[in-house]
Amino acid sequence: MSLKEVGPMQEIRNHMQIPREEYIAGGHSACQGCGHFVIVRHLLKAAGPNTIVVNPTGCLEVVTTVFPYSSWRVPWIHVAFENGGAVASGVEAAIKSLQRKGVLPKDEQINVVVFAGDGGTVDIGFQSLSGMLERGHKVVYVLLDNEAYMNTGIQRSGSTPFGAWTTTTPVGKKWKGEWRVRKDMIQIAVAHHIPYAATINPAYPVDMYNKMVKALKANGPAFLHAYSPCPTGWRFDPSKTIEVARLAVLTGYWVLYEYDHGQYKVNVPVLKRKPVKEFIKLQGRFRHMTEEQVKKLQEIIDQHVEMINKLVGKQVIGPVVE
Amino acid sequence: MSMTKLPGWRELPEGAVVRDVGNTETIDVSGWRVFKPVIIDEKCTRCRLCWIYCPDGAILEVVDEKARMGKRYEVDYMHCKGCGICWRECPVNAIEWVPEER
Repeated sequence: MSLKEVGPMQEIRNHMQIPREEYIAGGHSACQGCGHFVIVRHLLKAAGPNTIVVNPTGCLEVVTTVFPYSSWRVPWIHVAFENGGAVASGVEAAIKSLQRKGVLPKDEQINVVVFAGDGGTVDIGFQSLSGMLERGHKVVYVLLDNEAYMNTGIQRSGSTPFGAWTTTTPVGKKWKGEWRVRKDMIQIAVAHHIPYAATINPAYPVDMYNKMVKALKANGPAFLHAYSPCPTGWRFDPSKTIEVARLAVLTGYWVLYEYDHGQYKVNVPVLKRKPVKEFIKLQGRFRHMTEEQVKKLQEIIDQHVEMINKLVGKQVIGPVVE
Repeated sequence: MSMTKLPGWRELPEGAVVRDVGNTETIDVSGWRVFKPVIIDEKCTRCRLCWIYCPDGAILEVVDEKARMGKRYEVDYMHCKGCGICWRECPVNAIEWVPEER
């Protein structure tokens, strides 16, 4: 480790300070250009070796642990779709109990991190997540959102955006992709009165790293909503993963903000927003969209941006500039 | 990955626990590639972005006293799947996108 780099659980100022140690090994069978691994690599670097990972079923679990192989260099538990939050609560309670009995050292912090997909969080694992947040376990819950059930073959989830094609919202004469508006998971998490919740994006690694450190240091449950582009399910070239992630921020589709002990803050202000057309034209899942649908999607994004501007109290995300 | 004889159930560990963690490292995924990245060291400014954005950890940061700025970047061709993120994200075009030859 050079002098510039920092140890785990410390905030960084630029990307040169990200530590070199890898806690997830290469050679896993994720698709080319998978957004999950850009996120998980850096979040584990931020958490360090003193971490227990709870991983409900999903892409991440399937590709990293093909028996008899494992990519994880930290303790890892696989659980079913619906109980990621519950198992993480149990792990955290067990650590607390063992620390009280003196089996584990009392001053050492053991991080419990959940990496769940959007199916395992937004739909199936919703109740256990809610219970975990309500009981106040000191767990960091990371939602890796690729906006559909990619692992089983691109079925829609509660996080699929308006207009997107999936195999269960097909495009034909009557159906033109998803017609419902996605859930706002950050607002749901904040409604549980937790200390820390934030959105993260792999195109902004320093922001992502610092938010993980803040989440680990929060005194209670923390929720991170990660935007994870999926070349296979979204139908774009694998080399454009980061480009798509960046455009999501620049168009206001994905606002990078945090809720830190009652205070909202936008971490990446976008003064001149790009029209959402630029973001959707890269992806095959939006290819069928008519002018009206694009207009509707733009309206949904405008409403979301307006809501965030109101929460922050000033205009941090600007208007659309062609 | 070449096909070797698979272990029988008696040889497998109890509870199917993988004791040798991080052993996906031994898997060769180079067969996934159609194109491969080649780093041109003279053009590289050591900005580290390829290393950061690589999903497979296949860009290696090698500490080398002789190299410019004390380090250089190499591609781990055994673990590179050829997604091309490094090539597209390189700000100075120091990564070439070369068709794979076998």
